[in-house]
Amino acid sequence: MKVKELVEILDGSVIFGEDYLDRDVFKACGSDMMSDVLAFVKEQAVLLTGLVNPQVVRTAEMMDIQCIVFVRGKNPDISIINLAEDREIPLISTNLEMFTSCGRLYEHGLRGGSGV
Amino acid sequence: MQDTVKLHFDVSGNDFTCAGEASGKIKRTLKQLGFDISLVRNVAIAVYEAEINMVIHADGGVIDVDIDSDCITVVLKDRGPGIPDIELAMKEGYSTAPENVRMLGFGAGMGLPNIKKYTDEMNIDTVIGVGTTITLKVYNK
Repeated sequence: MKVKELVEILDGSVIFGEDYLDRDVFKACGSDMMSDVLAFVKEQAVLLTGLVNPQVVRTAEMMDIQCIVFVRGKNPDISIINLAEDREIPLISTNLEMFTSCGRLYEHGLRGGSGV
Repeated sequence: MQDTVKLHFDVSGNDFTCAGEASGKIKRTLKQLGFDISLVRNVAIAVYEAEINMVIHADGGVIDVDIDSDCITVVLKDRGPGIPDIELAMKEGYSTAPENVRMLGFGAGMGLPNIKKYTDEMNIDTVIGVGTTITLKVYNK
């Protein structure tokens, strides 16, 4: 799934990363707990989170995550956006809640790290 | 790569937003040196968790990295309170992190288990009231 398809599916808006919308994402994880995200490596994943702080971007950086989605209409501040620009990680915002966001992406074929 | 590449970082203890800055630089350096992507990621994740621990529990510290073609060695040294029970600290889900840290997405009790998981060797040298030194090795197989 391309990042731009993901934006459509989630009725999302692109906060940063118009240039990266053609990136492919193959896996997804949804968590507000960054240590849980760090526990399982997924190739070319999207991270959905309700947490808004710079450590979300740093966690994504370490994990080679392709795209971050902030759920429940949350918006990162400029320091987070700047960090994401520097690390070349697109940021998406959706008004959907976590469960619904994950459900929609699952419905469109995206899976977690274990493939289920 | 002929010679050992050495990196040194001072990690500030009072700024959680900067935690991960050193890990990011280590990751980018390893990438530039042409190491395999999964090795780079393993080192990055382990050091990031350890750097976060350093900021949360020990008011910062220093990180030294030795990069050889066959092995990455990272030594994280702090002057924090020390770890009273390493076996307990290694248990998944056990955490002594305060509530404000949990609000930031850490303190799930996965730090040390994650560090062990992503490295080939992990050695913890801790003295109560003096500090903790964690030595990590990841081999380039």
